[in-house]
Amino acid sequence: MSARRLLGWDAAIIVVALLAVALSSVLVDGFGTTRNAGYLVLDLLPIALLALPMTFVVITGEIDLSVASTLGLTSAVLGALWDAGLPIETIMPLCVLLGALLGAVNGLFVTVFTLPSLAVTIGTMALFRGLAFVVLGDSAVADYPASFTGWVTGSSGGVPNVLLPLALLAIAFTVVLHATPVGRAVYAAGAGQEAARFSGVRVDRLKFWLYVTSGAVAGLAGVLWTLRYSSARADNGAGLELAVVAAVLLGGVSIFGGKGAMPGVLAGVLLLGTLQSALRLSDVTNEALTIVTGGLLVVSVLLPNLLRAATRRRAGPASARPGAPTTTP
Amino acid sequence: MSPTPTARVRTAALVAALLVGLTACGGTTKGDGDPGAASGGPTASADPDAPLREGVKMAFLPKQLNNPYSDIEGEGGKEGVEELKGEFKLVGPNDASASSQVSYINTLIQQQQDVIGIAANDQNAVCPSLKQAREAGIKVVSFDSDAAKDCRDVFVNQATAQGIGEKLVEMASQLAGGSGEIAVLSATPNATNQNAWIAVVETELAKPQNSGLKLVKTVYGNDDDQKSFQEAQGLLQAHPDLEVIVAPTTVGIAAAARYVGSSSYKGKVAVTGLGTPNQMREHVKNGTVERFALWDPADIGYLAAHAGVALASGRITGAQGEEFTAGRLGDYTIGADGEVVLGPPTVFDAANIDQFDF
Repeated sequence: MSARRLLGWDAAIIVVALLAVALSSVLVDGFGTTRNAGYLVLDLLPIALLALPMTFVVITGEIDLSVASTLGLTSAVLGALWDAGLPIETIMPLCVLLGALLGAVNGLFVTVFTLPSLAVTIGTMALFRGLAFVVLGDSAVADYPASFTGWVTGSSGGVPNVLLPLALLAIAFTVVLHATPVGRAVYAAGAGQEAARFSGVRVDRLKFWLYVTSGAVAGLAGVLWTLRYSSARADNGAGLELAVVAAVLLGGVSIFGGKGAMPGVLAGVLLLGTLQSALRLSDVTNEALTIVTGGLLVVSVLLPNLLRAATRRRAGPASARPGAPTTTP
Repeated sequence: MSPTPTARVRTAALVAALLVGLTACGGTTKGDGDPGAASGGPTASADPDAPLREGVKMAFLPKQLNNPYSDIEGEGGKEGVEELKGEFKLVGPNDASASSQVSYINTLIQQQQDVIGIAANDQNAVCPSLKQAREAGIKVVSFDSDAAKDCRDVFVNQATAQGIGEKLVEMASQLAGGSGEIAVLSATPNATNQNAWIAVVETELAKPQNSGLKLVKTVYGNDDDQKSFQEAQGLLQAHPDLEVIVAPTTVGIAAAARYVGSSSYKGKVAVTGLGTPNQMREHVKNGTVERFALWDPADIGYLAAHAGVALASGRITGAQGEEFTAGRLGDYTIGADGEVVLGPPTVFDAANIDQFDF
């Protein structure tokens, strides 16, 4: 993390995101209204929440593809427990705890059994989703207290209520990443595991707790998702992991680890959401929307690498990053 | 390297304390009321003589795009809206998920449509958004798959259990020539729809005009192709005098037709029930199946379009007893809970099957 980097991709993506918001407000009918801003925040909420821990995980050079399935499983469990007559105030923390446990499963496989996180979390992605269907089948559980569902979808003074917990978590994750030893350890682990170990970073312990955090946040997202849509379903959030990874990579986090910053990721989430909302309001078909999301994902992986290769060629081999993973082109 | 025991203990203690703290103060459970269901139903009074508005903007939001069944519903909707000189729009997700429909409802509110026609993927999940749409003055017509009652003005129901049950008995009676043994090949023993239809079939069979028909057995193929095939085979072995197999499930009717068509029973035992034209075409063409039924998805969309424009014009409000005309389909009366029933299922046979593609 350096000042130069902050002026590079992160600054660019922040400018692009703000530009997209400004242009959409002017050009797209119905975009620049308070109501649409409220919808935008609600649509972005799960992606933004999951992107926070995902940023940490990807910077350490790992990935967590099971987040959307964790969301679905906690949603299904929430529904089952509510159906069983438990108070919602008890169910909500239990769901966060369940998310943390599911994250611990990932963490255990990645750190103790030293398996590649891509393989582990593709596996648990299918596993957790399958368990969600075991819990709830094809049915849906509804009828949550209106005070809870109303709070999630509501706003006070034009500001959506859910923005408060989201902002608090975003600030907390940003501070931890950029201003604490934990954050420095995350970057060190991502830049080179061995070097990080030699300089005293307990890489495995760090990764384990990152997966637990990722799971807990996914559990929270599952609770909020269920309350927003007033419906607990096993298929809730299906496919969301791609949007989360796309937002994180778009935000300038390197898929090879070691690089990235939180402001860029938040801008990435905003850009993704703005494009989807504006395109949908302009009657662009769903297929085209999917193509845009996929295209952005490819561009965000490709472009930084092309830029890096270009600068390296110009500056000569001496400036190549020490300890860079061999996978970097 | 795993986390240190002390760290684990500390976290566990923290979480436990949090849980105890939160559970200790009672809480809100399912039985506590606070259901969130506000009063629904009609909000204004109808004027049956109001002129039909032109240029009504009606958007169709099916369960999923690029699904043959949904696409035909959409085509019917387009026909209906354009016939009434309205602006038709079709939007929707590629996955049949509830949450993506919500995003589309929100978009349609922003676009200030006059009417939203929706086949809900989850009757509750779409409800808050549909309520907002109605607060914004948008009329909501659910079709095919209802949204919660208090979130829509009118529900276009493709069929009632009574209509389907009667049609099944009527077809069986025609195929058996008025008398003989019939059997039912159903889905699962606890399938709500199928059981409701079979109950009507049994009531109909008890009527004097059907006294010649005898229901010898009801078997269950669990909507599994192979199991349904074997059950059809078992039926014919156990009941050599069987005249008709009635399968009120698309999986069952296709499997039964395949078995009968490939056995010596072809031409002796009739197969009928509920199926889709695309699935049954070859069996109709090769003579195994003479007729079967299903509602026509195009008519569902067409009727929803007419109901939507009538709502937007103030001719109806969704209250029981109101009447409106739906073009080529004729006159309809709104029933209890704002329901409009399309009518008896369409019968498909060799003469008309090629007009349908779904």
